[in-house]
Amino acid sequence: MALKVHGTVGSPATFRALAALHEKDLDFEFIPVNLSAKEHKSPQFLAHKNPFGQVPVFEHGDLKLFESRAITKYVAEAFADKGTSLIHKDPKKSAIQTVWTEVEAQKFDPTVAKLGWEIVLKPKFGMTTDEAVVAEFEKKLEPLLDVYEKRLTESKYLGGDSFTLADLHHLPTLQGIMGTKVKSQFDARPHVSAWASDILSRPAWVKVASMLTK
Amino acid sequence: MAIKLYGTAASTATLRAKACLAEKGLDYEFVNVNMSNKEHKTPEFLSRNPFGQVPAFEDGDLKLFESRAITQYLAHAYPDNGTNLIIHDPKKMAIVGVWIEVESQKFDQFGSKLAWELAYKPMFGLTTDDAAVEENEKKLEQVLDVYESRLSESKYLGGDCFTLADLHHLPVLKFLFGTKAKRLFDARPHVSAWAADIQSRPAWVKAITA
Repeated sequence: MALKVHGTVGSPATFRALAALHEKDLDFEFIPVNLSAKEHKSPQFLAHKNPFGQVPVFEHGDLKLFESRAITKYVAEAFADKGTSLIHKDPKKSAIQTVWTEVEAQKFDPTVAKLGWEIVLKPKFGMTTDEAVVAEFEKKLEPLLDVYEKRLTESKYLGGDSFTLADLHHLPTLQGIMGTKVKSQFDARPHVSAWASDILSRPAWVKVASMLTK
Repeated sequence: MAIKLYGTAASTATLRAKACLAEKGLDYEFVNVNMSNKEHKTPEFLSRNPFGQVPAFEDGDLKLFESRAITQYLAHAYPDNGTNLIIHDPKKMAIVGVWIEVESQKFDQFGSKLAWELAYKPMFGLTTDDAAVEENEKKLEQVLDVYESRLSESKYLGGDCFTLADLHHLPVLKFLFGTKAKRLFDARPHVSAWAADIQSRPAWVKAITA
């Protein structure tokens, strides 16, 4: 049964889904969605793909999913025995992995994506970076990364001993921010820095990131 | 007692965990965290939740935080207790997973901000920011329009049965329904019926009155 991803190169959410598919060594068809042509806001897209008008959209036969973290979770579980294991099967280990998956979704992503928007994306769209917002969110990031530093001192990866979705979900926003001055906050924390380098250098992620230069 | 929940009655995140414990009919000890005394910032509490937030949770030697991690743990660890909050069929569960993300990524953002402005600020004697209310109501309405369409095709957000995808909304709904934001829900018949249905569940009523 064919796997399809409707998405856009450079979209963090699209890249999040693709990272999981590559970690699992899965074959899939990538169908580009033209965001500048507002394809994602067309009635057909809203009716048949994602009612919120966003990428990515994932198909596995007749199963259609949206929300990148729901897609990665499904892929991790449905193809548990293929490629990298992205989840823990033990219920207690799985629960701890879920804690850090929530931390990424509830804390890391809102803070770092905001910084990425201001510093990287706004200039690309000809808009002006709001330095006050940047300062505010840089300040929010520090205590967050302090918690990560402590966690990664006790645990090789966020969710436990092995790389899981809890780490993977960070990759797109992490990649984006490491190209900015905010990288200094990561560099200042040895365990965070080592973890970030480790996960960003995974072959499956490098494959996804290279789509940006094609 | 093996299960302990550390939190406060006014915290939406604490209520989310309480709702789940109630649906599963599980016995637990509720430990009140005195936030006005900054108990949540003490070293002892930070060892339970390094972000210094409620709730924190224990089941024997397992320690968790983040309300939606707590609910997911309970739903999977106690499948035969009380209400089934997950679906065993992987494809049906994947769809529940989509709507769990929707609550987390879309509803909660705007819903929580509105709850803060309209419900919490008055409680703390702070002034509501009308511009923030207008902005967040507009954004919430766009989300609720999608909910209206979804709920006209599906009895509950995740499918035919009540699951975590619905449960996660309960605490924010509780606070919004005590404010003028309730009209956004009332204006959409399927959303309104769904909100009334889930808020009248005996377990939820128990969770907020206990």
